[in-house]
Amino acid sequence: MADAAEAAKNRERRDLRNRWLLSTPALLIILVAATGPLLIVLLYSFLAPGPYGDVKWQFSTDAWVSVLLERDIFDDTLSIADAHLTIFLRSVKLALGTTLLTLLFGFPTAYFIATRPERMREVWLFLITIPFWTNLLIRTFAVLEIIRNEGMVNSLLLDLGLIERPIQMLFTDFAIMVGMVYVYLPLMVLPLYASMEKLDFRLIEAGYDLYATRFKVLRRIIFPLVKPGVIAGSILVFIPALGAYVTPSVLGGGKNLMLGNLIELQFGQGRNWPLGAALSITLMAIVMVALLAYVRNAGSSEVRHG
Amino acid sequence: MPDLPDKNAIEVHGVRKVFGTGETQVAALDTVSVSIRENEFFTLLGPSGCGKTTLLRLIAGFDFPTEGEILLYGDDIAPLPPFKRPVNTVFQSYALFPHMTVAQNIGFGLEMLGKPKAEIDARVTAMLKLVKMEQLARRRTSQISGGQQQRVALARALAPQPKVLLLDEPLSALDYKLRKEMQIELKRLQHETGITFIFVTHDQEEALAMSDRIAVMSTGKILQVGSPWDIYDRPAERFVADFIGETNFMDAEVISVAGDRATVKLLSGTDISATFPAGTTPDGKVTIVVRPEHARVVAASTKSALSGVIENIVYLGTDTHFHVKLADGSPFIVRQQNSRSGPCGFDKGESVGVDIASDVAQILKD
Repeated sequence: MADAAEAAKNRERRDLRNRWLLSTPALLIILVAATGPLLIVLLYSFLAPGPYGDVKWQFSTDAWVSVLLERDIFDDTLSIADAHLTIFLRSVKLALGTTLLTLLFGFPTAYFIATRPERMREVWLFLITIPFWTNLLIRTFAVLEIIRNEGMVNSLLLDLGLIERPIQMLFTDFAIMVGMVYVYLPLMVLPLYASMEKLDFRLIEAGYDLYATRFKVLRRIIFPLVKPGVIAGSILVFIPALGAYVTPSVLGGGKNLMLGNLIELQFGQGRNWPLGAALSITLMAIVMVALLAYVRNAGSSEVRHG
Repeated sequence: MPDLPDKNAIEVHGVRKVFGTGETQVAALDTVSVSIRENEFFTLLGPSGCGKTTLLRLIAGFDFPTEGEILLYGDDIAPLPPFKRPVNTVFQSYALFPHMTVAQNIGFGLEMLGKPKAEIDARVTAMLKLVKMEQLARRRTSQISGGQQQRVALARALAPQPKVLLLDEPLSALDYKLRKEMQIELKRLQHETGITFIFVTHDQEEALAMSDRIAVMSTGKILQVGSPWDIYDRPAERFVADFIGETNFMDAEVISVAGDRATVKLLSGTDISATFPAGTTPDGKVTIVVRPEHARVVAASTKSALSGVIENIVYLGTDTHFHVKLADGSPFIVRQQNSRSGPCGFDKGESVGVDIASDVAQILKD
């Protein structure tokens, strides 16, 4: 009896050890590739900037102070850094706008694909992923080619005689929005499609049967049921859109700085790595707060609707 | 037959439904016409692919007829979308909304009709009571059993008090015992609500047990409409006779016709009297049907009985099946109720007579 118990204990111990051993590669990757760099960023944000970039190994909270505050060069008093605040707000607005617009365009797109016959669905999904084959920068320049003053849209409108002078689209907020929606649309469509594909279309018939008009069926039946897809898609679009950097700088002409551009600036010409690091952490914090608020809200409304 | 008002709730006139285009075209319904009376439990019975569900979907408004009209109390509803028809459906899979509670499901139709909240609540409570689900009002539909889901689906479809309730094989997902219970339950609900029920099934027993009238369908056509008794005892066509219950088909020749009876000569030379479908005049060679329970195995010496040899005896508890080979070589099945205990008194291989009761044979069309 005692031997059996001993053997069982040994086996258990061996199982546990094996489990840890088998998990090691995954744990290492998470530690080295995800947590490690973040810890370095966090560490750098508490150091002083080096004269040619890099950092001086000397503790300093200057970077964190200047995330939101700026020191007057004459009397050393601190005041709110309007410039940074404006950039934060602008970035959040852009990310929210992108999320809403991709949802607006992505929802019917995903619904269309989900209602095709099975074979055609694959073809459509394949088409949706085509933009991913090309580099983001190249795609952004392609958008630029379409909307610039001598671009395709303007030449077409001029040729048709609909306008006399080219419409200034490039380097405007409109251009940024067009680029952002174009780039992030697939990230919205794919999770939306994934949850719509699982939708039981007989429920829609049941809705119609019970006197719900098309709009009511959309609002009361389809939307609540594909909500997980809406949440996933919104998260997938909002997070990268908040830190977007290529699209706003190419299509916006760098006139209006975004959070991504501001961070890039600190690591480049600004030569203020600690500030860049602090801004990066701030970006993460905004994302986390936004996510928590969003998921919480989405979850509670689910309960309310029953 | 029970007293039924003569008013028609639904009239289907020359409805055709074609799916697909060009070479892949399939006619799911081929010029179907049928009238369904107010307050009636009407069943569309047929094998899968016969068009019964298509007809139901046309009445519900999920599909639109290629040709023909569908009248609801005299108004053509064929072009209306489903949400404008005072007709509700109980789906085969129930199609309950998984994001709502039982009560919310039941109240959905009324809510969409814009009824005041107090009225909805009262009606939901009444419906829950009607289907005996009061305790489960606040449950999610995923937290209740199949039979309970069935009841909720019924309550949901009945709550808006539709003029006609459509039921698409609603009992097929339930196990045997529950199905029997729900058959009785459905009859009760129909009786209590006074709503016209159109019930789709492929189960002939279910159709016979529940319906006021049955329409038997095959390959997009309605073959026969009649009371369960009509359909079972007086089938008009081979398909109807074959699809419903067990049947003996026999070749015969018409000798004379008088009124609604004909006298036919069987291959064995015996003359028997037979009924025939209204509106036809049988002559020449015909096929007649005799249900197995309408014949008896008797001693070989019995006069006027067909002679044959027992090939097999199958004892089934409640009754015994005799597989008899008649003198002309054709098989004939006799079903006899075991009205007393003990062996049936016949042996395999024994020469016997088969006595067909009078007035049970039916001549089929064509």
